[in-house]
Amino acid sequence: MSRIAATFDRLRAARRAALVPFVTAGDPSPDLIPEMLRSLAANGADVIELGVPFSDPMADGPAIQRASERALRAGTGLARVLDAVRAWRREDDRTPIVLMGYANPVEHMGAAAFAARARDAGVDGVLVVDYPPEESADWVRTLGESGIDPIFLLSPTSSEARIDLVSRMAKGYIYYVSLKGVTGAAHIDTADVERMLGRIRSRTQVPVGVGFGIREPETARAIARFADAVVIGSRLVEEIERSTPAEAAARAGAALAAFRAGVDAAARDRAAA
Amino acid sequence: MQMRAPAAEPRSPAPYDLPDATGHFGPYGGTFVAETLQAALAELRAAYDACRKDPAFQAELAYELEHYVGRPSPVYHAKRLSEELGGAQIYLKREDLNHTGAHKVNNTMGQALVARRMGKPRVIAETGAGQHGVATATVAARYGMECVVYMGTEDVARQAQNVYRMKLLGATVVPVSSGSRTLKDALNEAMRDWVTNVASTFYIIGTVAGPHPYPMMVRDFNAIVGKECLAQMPALAGRQPDYVLACVGGGSNAMGIFHPYIPHGDVKLVGVEAGGLGIGTGKHAATLSAGSPGVLHGNRTYLMQDADGQILETHSISAGLDYPGVGPEHAWLKDSGRATYVSVTDEEALAAFHALCRTEGIIPALESSHAVAHAMRLAPTLARDRIVLVNLSGRGDKDMHTVAKASGLEF
Ligand SMILES: Cc1ncc(COP(=O)(O)O)c(C=O)c1O
Repeated sequence: MSRIAATFDRLRAARRAALVPFVTAGDPSPDLIPEMLRSLAANGADVIELGVPFSDPMADGPAIQRASERALRAGTGLARVLDAVRAWRREDDRTPIVLMGYANPVEHMGAAAFAARARDAGVDGVLVVDYPPEESADWVRTLGESGIDPIFLLSPTSSEARIDLVSRMAKGYIYYVSLKGVTGAAHIDTADVERMLGRIRSRTQVPVGVGFGIREPETARAIARFADAVVIGSRLVEEIERSTPAEAAARAGAALAAFRAGVDAAARDRAAA
Repeated sequence: MQMRAPAAEPRSPAPYDLPDATGHFGPYGGTFVAETLQAALAELRAAYDACRKDPAFQAELAYELEHYVGRPSPVYHAKRLSEELGGAQIYLKREDLNHTGAHKVNNTMGQALVARRMGKPRVIAETGAGQHGVATATVAARYGMECVVYMGTEDVARQAQNVYRMKLLGATVVPVSSGSRTLKDALNEAMRDWVTNVASTFYIIGTVAGPHPYPMMVRDFNAIVGKECLAQMPALAGRQPDYVLACVGGGSNAMGIFHPYIPHGDVKLVGVEAGGLGIGTGKHAATLSAGSPGVLHGNRTYLMQDADGQILETHSISAGLDYPGVGPEHAWLKDSGRATYVSVTDEEALAAFHALCRTEGIIPALESSHAVAHAMRLAPTLARDRIVLVNLSGRGDKDMHTVAKASGLEF
C-alpha cells in the first residue's frame, strides 16, 4: 500500500482529516528544502505538497508566483528538488510527499525518467496542474509503473462526467480547488464546498482534499469537519516570504501548527457530533 | 461515355482536416490547462462550433470584414523590388491595409462576435507589441464591451504609443510585472483573470496558441487571408504561387495564409522566425528553428527552454515576434515536412524594411519585414517566372521609434 493510502486509511479510522501544507521547493533556497520538510512534518503535516517552481505558473496567484521566482533565482530546478527529497527521505520514512507543479519541467526530463527518479527519491504522488485527465492516459500508466499516485484536481465548475473521469484515474486523493480563480485568491464559502464535496463523494471512493483559499485556522477547522484533507498553501508561502532565510522553516512550521490546532479541533467536533 | 486520362486532371488537393476532435495536430496542441478552466473551454468549444455552422454568424462576420475591416485586402505585384533582385516575382498580400494596420483584426472581429453570441459583456486580451491589444480594444469599442488588456511592464515602456491608442479606445491596460514582464507573462495573467471571472469574461487570445479550440479558431478567422489569395493569384498572376512566405511569432498570420494552401502540395510554405542577434547568440525568438517540444500556455508545441524545462526569455527587434512558443499547428507542419521554417536576423529585417520603403513606397511592420527579408534572399535564386507570395501582415507606423533608434536617430 502506498504511503498516501496508508495515511488516509489511518486518519479515516480515527475520523480525522489530513493536514496538508504546500510550500514551493527551494524558497528561499534549495539547500533549505530538507530543513523545511522536517519543520512541516514536526508541526503536524500528515502529507506534504512540495511545489516544483516553474517560470510560468499560470494557475497561481501572486504569493506563489513570487515564491516560484525566488526559488528559481536561488537555482532550484526539478532535479535539485528530487535530490533534496531523497536526502530528506533518509530521515523520514513515514510522511507522504506529493510533488505539485507544471508540465514542462517533467516533459523536458521525460515522463519515464522523471517517474523513475521520483520513485527512487521517495516521492509518493504527483500533481501536474496542466495535465488534465483527458491528456493523461500515458502519464497515469507511467506513474503507476513506478508506484506513484497520480493526483488530479476538481473544481466548482467540474461536470459530473469530469468527476467520473477523474475518479477513474486518480489515486491517493483528489484535490478539490475550492474557488474559481488562482491560488491564494480569497476566502471560501464553507457551505458551497460542503455541498460540492457531497456531490464528489457520491461518485468516488478516493479521498477528497480541499485547498485554495484556506487562510485561517478557523476555516481549516470548518472544512476539516467534512473533508478528507485540508491544504494550506499561500498562507504558509506568505509567511516564508516575510521571513529571513534562516528562520523560514521555523516560521512556516509555527504557522502550520496553528492550522494543526484547527484540524484537531475539527476532529473533536466530529467526535462530539 | 468518354474516358479521360487521370494524368490530364489537375492534381487534386490532398484533404487536411486537423485538428482532431480533441484539438490535436499529431502530438501537438491539446488542452493542457488546469481543471478550473476546463468548463470554460468546453463552453467556448460548443459556442464556436455553433457559430461555425451558423450561416447568420458567417454572414455577419463577412459583412463586418468588408465594411469595418476593409476586406478583401489586395494582392500587389512588387515589380520594382522584384526587378532589383533580378529573380522571382514577389507579390505582397496587403494585410497592412486593414483597419488597425495588421491581420490581427481578422481574429479579434471573429472572436468578438463569438463573445457577443455567448452573451459575455467583458473581453480580455494579452499583448506584446500592442497590436493585438489595439485590435481587441477596437472591436470592444465597436460593440460596447468592457475591455482589459494585459501587457508586460517591459512592453508598456517599449510600446507607449500603442498603450495610448488602447486607452483612447476605452480599454484598461494592466501592466504585468511578474516573470520576464513580457508577452508570455501577460498571457499568464490574462489566463488568471479568465479563470477568476469566467462567467462574465471572454478571453480573446491573439495568436494560434493557447488550449483547444484557440489554435483552430484563430486560424479559421485568419484563413480569410489565404482564401482571398487562392482567388486573387490566378486573376492577377495567372496561377498560384510557388512559395508562400509569412513571419511567425505565435503564427497567426502565417497559419492564416498557409491553411488554404496546405492541400495544394505544389505550393511551398515557408515560415520566417525572428533570428534576433543570430541563432548562435541565444538572443532570438526562432522557436521552431532552435527550440524543442514541451507544454506551455495550454498546448504541446515547440518552446524556447533551458535544461530544466524553464521557459527562456527571447529577443527580437520586433516585439510581435518576441514569444518563446509557437502555435501547435506549425509544430505539426514542421515535423510533417509540409512547411519549412527559417530565420532572419534583426539586421536583415531592418534592411528589408528599408528596401520595401525605398522600392515600393510601402512601410512594413518589423514583423512582416522578416518575411520580406527571406523573400529577398530567395527571389534571386529563382527564375524570373517563379512566384513568391509574401504575407505583409502589418504596416510599420508603430515601429518608427524602433527603426529610428536602430539608425541612430531619436525623434
Ligand atoms: C504585424 C504583425 N505581424 C505579425 C505578428 C506576429 O503574430 P503572428 O505570428 O501570430 O502572426 C504581429 C504581432 O503582434 C504583428 O503585429
